[in-house]
Formats: sequence, structure tokens, C-alpha cells
Amino acid sequence: MASTTVNSYFWAGLRAGAPFVVVVAPFGLLFGVLATEAGLNVFESMTFAVTVFAGASQFAALQLMQENAPTIVVLASSLAVNLRMAMYSASLTPYMGKAPLWQRAFAAFFMVDQSYAVSYARFETDPAMTIPDRMAYYAGTCALIAPIWAVATLVGALMGARIPDAFALDFALPITFLAMIAPMLRTPAHVAAALVAVVASIPGSLLPYNLGLLVAGGAGMLVGARTELLLENRKERT
Amino acid sequence: MSGAGTPPDTLTLWIVIVSLAVGSFLLRFVFLGMVGSRPMPPWVLRHLRYTAVAILPALVTPLVIWPAATGGAADVPRMAAAVATVTAGLLSRNVLAAILAGVVTLYGLLYLIG
Repeated sequence: MASTTVNSYFWAGLRAGAPFVVVVAPFGLLFGVLATEAGLNVFESMTFAVTVFAGASQFAALQLMQENAPTIVVLASSLAVNLRMAMYSASLTPYMGKAPLWQRAFAAFFMVDQSYAVSYARFETDPAMTIPDRMAYYAGTCALIAPIWAVATLVGALMGARIPDAFALDFALPITFLAMIAPMLRTPAHVAAALVAVVASIPGSLLPYNLGLLVAGGAGMLVGARTELLLENRKERT
Repeated sequence: MSGAGTPPDTLTLWIVIVSLAVGSFLLRFVFLGMVGSRPMPPWVLRHLRYTAVAILPALVTPLVIWPAATGGAADVPRMAAAVATVTAGLLSRNVLAAILAGVVTLYGLLYLIG
């Protein structure tokens, strides 16, 4: 791969990220629609989608704002949903940490599940890549996803208010979240975290200010981390 | 989400948008930009790993049990759609397949039951 130019790494990244357009476009569309239904105008919906650039966080914030949750709870919960980005950031650091600061800033802004997953897999299997190769590849993985996210949101926002109640859009968001959860349940620890969060959220919904979400989510995180430790220790003993 | 609460007022909305924009960027930038190549304490990573998988179910469970559209009354089509979504997700490991299963179940039962 030594003769491969930086340019071709960009195109390789673009090709690797292309299939995810199928995932990103419907999510953007749905966000535009739901944001409009929630009373946001096109400019507000677009600013939201383009500056925050994190589907799950955006959906969570939208839902909680409609439940009139206190702003601090809206922010804490939505950012908590996005905490996994900090983990991605940490795991990309060994590969991209020496790139110029402005490139790392751009890489951070455009980081999404798909660009992270594709790039990390490539960096791990191709240690010969230089820093510019990696940055070009990473940029390629974002180059389709980011503009399509914006366009899809715009289309959704423009058609949003015209969708009748019979389509039961109130439930589009729960279905979307539930669909995102299943592929995350990779290990027994992930399953334990999710189950505890589900069970705790039921009595938790009696708490004021939507605090049940943070309590139940926190309980799930603790149990997930504990379970991981337990399983690791057991593995070491046998 | 028709009938699910009131639209946020403009000031609150912009506070949320700006704070989330800054917050989301900082979360993504924190290690890549600031930590450089120093290693992370393992216990931090261990908890970060389970944030999404805990927060999302905690958010969605009350929405499934007490849907806003029915005024909080348990609802067979929505409950069944939730079960179908999770089941399809577990079987296929594919987000779009899971969404499709949920939507088909929801519309099918809404059409049959009303």
C-alpha cells in the first residue's frame, strides 16, 4: 500500500462509508419531520441537525423538550446519549492524535458511529498507513454521511407538517431508539446494562423533572461496568 | 408526536441547541484534541462503554408503556411494535430491518384494531 496516494485513501474511505447513507438518510428525514411536528421551523431544525450532528442526542432532546423537562435534564440526558463519542475519540487518539490540531478539530466535529467504526477497523488492520493517509481515509468516510444528513433533515423539515396523525409518528421515535439498541447488545455486560436501565426506568418515571432517566441510565452504566469486571475476573481464574 | 406536550419556547430551544452543539463537539474532541496520545484510565472507558446502551432503553421504556398519543393508556399496537422492533433487531442485528419490523407491526395493528 506504500505507493497509494493520500487521494486514493480519501476515495477508499468514501467507498467504505457509502453504504451507511442508507442508514443516515432516513434518520435525518425523520428528525426533520419530528422537529417540525414539535414546532421547530426549518431554520431551527437545520441549525440543530448541522451543529449538533448527533442523531440519538437530537431525538432525545426533542422528546424531552416536548415533555417540558427542565433544560438541565434535557442537556444532561442528550449529552449522556452522546458520551460514547468520547470513547470513540479516545480510541482514535493513538491513530490520529499526532495530526495537526485543526484536522483533529474537524475530525471531532464530524465524528459519528459509522465514520468511527469504519475508520477504526481500517486503522487497526493497516498499520502501514501514515497520519495523512488516515486523515484522508477518515475524511472520506464523513464526506457522504455529513451532507446527506443535512439534506435529509431539510427534506424532512419541509414535508414534516404535512404528514397526518394517522401515520402515528408519535411512535417513530421509540421504534428508532429500540432499533438502535438491539445491535448494541454485543456482550452480556451490554445486555445487563440495558435490562437494568429498562427495569429502573419504570419506577423512575415517578421521579420529578424526568430525573428517572438519569437515575435509570446511571444504574445501567454502573451495572454494565460491574458485569464486565466480573466476567473478566472469572475468565482470568479459569 | 402530535399531542405530546407543548412546543418548546424559542429561548429554551436555542439554549438547548447551542449547549448541545458545544457539548457534543467537546465530547468528540476531548481525547483526540486535548489528551493527545496519553492513555485513558480503564475505569472511565469501562463506564463510557455502557452509556448509550443504558440511556436509550431508559428513555424509551416509559414511552412504550405509557404512550403520549393515547394519553398514557397502554396500547396493544404500540406495545407489539416495540416487541417486534427489538426482536427483529436481535435477530438481524440490522437497524433498518428492526425499524421496518416495528413500523409494519404498528401500522398493521392500528389498521386491524383501530
